[in-house]
Amino acid sequence: MKHVQQQYVSKTASQLKPSGIRKFFDLASQMDNVISLGVGEPDFVTPWNVCEAGYASLESGYTAYTANAGLLELREEISSYLSEQFSLNYSAESQIILTVGASQAIDLAFRAVIDPGDEVIIVEPGFVAYAPAVTLAGGTPVSLETKAEDEFKITRESLEKVITKRTKAILLCFPSNPTGATMSEAELKSVTDVIEEHDLLVLSDEIYAELTYDETHYSIARVNGMRERTILISGFSKAFAMTGWRLGYVTGPEEIISAMLKIHQYTMMCAPTIAQHGALEALKSGREDLERMKKSYRQRRNFLVKSFNNIGLSCHMPGGAFYAFPSIQATGMTSDEFAEKLLEEERVAVVPGHVFGAGGEGYVRCSYATSIDSLQEAVKRIERFMKRRQQA
Amino acid sequence: MNEKEIEILEILEENARIPMDVLADMVELSVEEVEKTIKRLEEQNIILNYSSVINWDKTSGVDGVAAMIDVKVTPKRDVGFDEIAERIYRFPEVKAVYLMSGAFDLSVQIEGKTMKEVAFFVSNKLSTLDSVLSTTTHFLLKKYKHDGVIFEPEKKDKRIVVSP
Repeated sequence: MKHVQQQYVSKTASQLKPSGIRKFFDLASQMDNVISLGVGEPDFVTPWNVCEAGYASLESGYTAYTANAGLLELREEISSYLSEQFSLNYSAESQIILTVGASQAIDLAFRAVIDPGDEVIIVEPGFVAYAPAVTLAGGTPVSLETKAEDEFKITRESLEKVITKRTKAILLCFPSNPTGATMSEAELKSVTDVIEEHDLLVLSDEIYAELTYDETHYSIARVNGMRERTILISGFSKAFAMTGWRLGYVTGPEEIISAMLKIHQYTMMCAPTIAQHGALEALKSGREDLERMKKSYRQRRNFLVKSFNNIGLSCHMPGGAFYAFPSIQATGMTSDEFAEKLLEEERVAVVPGHVFGAGGEGYVRCSYATSIDSLQEAVKRIERFMKRRQQA
Repeated sequence: MNEKEIEILEILEENARIPMDVLADMVELSVEEVEKTIKRLEEQNIILNYSSVINWDKTSGVDGVAAMIDVKVTPKRDVGFDEIAERIYRFPEVKAVYLMSGAFDLSVQIEGKTMKEVAFFVSNKLSTLDSVLSTTTHFLLKKYKHDGVIFEPEKKDKRIVVSP
């Protein structure tokens, strides 16, 4: 029977590779006393006033659909937020769509711009969903590998190398999951003329924009000539600790946004109403909570990265997000072996770098969205693990 | 007061037992610099004490009652409320004294072994002070949160153990 059922699964779906993260999830879930540095979301619970706004919206009977693009009041709030925080100007009426997480925004964007045969450049090591999302939209993902010696930033040379006649777009995610890399205004400007020269579209996933620790985030959409060719994706998950609310948004050139809205209204109708009410409160009064969480991430980052370097895991200082991406090459193990043995021997879960694509092998992703007490214990355990390797 | 000092104070207020080397890494200073800073903050009476928040209800053999007393007093020329406040806070059973705006002047928190002991303190020690005009005693029934600490915290991490 199983064989018969398999024949109904589309070629596209059966050719999708399952995420390499799954294996570690299964392993770690069966164990007790695991300290997980493998979680890609904040350890904070959503700020209480945001939860309250969610309850209040239900009590007031806001249980129906909203406009396809989302509550106008929320889009207006997002429009002024983007302007105040990042000096970006987008129209609430015609350029913003609320989506089910930034994930849906990524899917929508690819579906709205990709024709069969189009190539999309994906910066790797990168978030696991980008390449499959390109494939599902009928395009071909092309990997742009970033390197530790460039602090996992893209360079002119690395970009020029992967551009072909079929390249239509490039997806950027800075600050980066999993490397924590950020790109400054000057660094962005060193690649934008290449993007312009080849007439590429930019999909900029800026979900971690609020979580930068050394320099304020600078959006590529601010660079001269980029606004007209940039689809900007963000959301509430990371900055406001609202992952489970599933609320993101997308903004960009009006023609592209209206194409996305067509797909959105047929496939999703609208983003969850309760989440939109929560998000409204987050933008109106969540800044203090955001700053508190950010300060805490920064302190933990400082501790974790210093500790890794002290115990023989060389690690660059990530400028944003909440991930450290240390090299494990000194151990001689593959990232899979390292992660598996560390979990078995010391009950610390990390994510092997190879699951994030090209350039990820030789590294592991460690999230510092975990209490400082757990981080201290994790460092002790990893140190013990490393010492055993050095003696052997 | 610089940013690092404030950061150190915030971290210590949350966890006074944090190891010095961890604290130093968190704020990107050396251990010596952090120790020096803390010493200075102690000398300036900015850091006054390092104490623990204890839920005595969960212990056995240690019983006690606590009360908050609203006290109306007559302030005195030159010293205002400070003199009477001091006369009250010097009693060891008094755990906190605050000057309040509104219907009364001083809020006095007191702890005793029994209700009788608290009653005795109010009637014989507090009310008999010259400047005290009146007292209203409220007994505390249950502590839910104290100094920012929730008494029955939910510690379980509700996130899935590994996620992208």
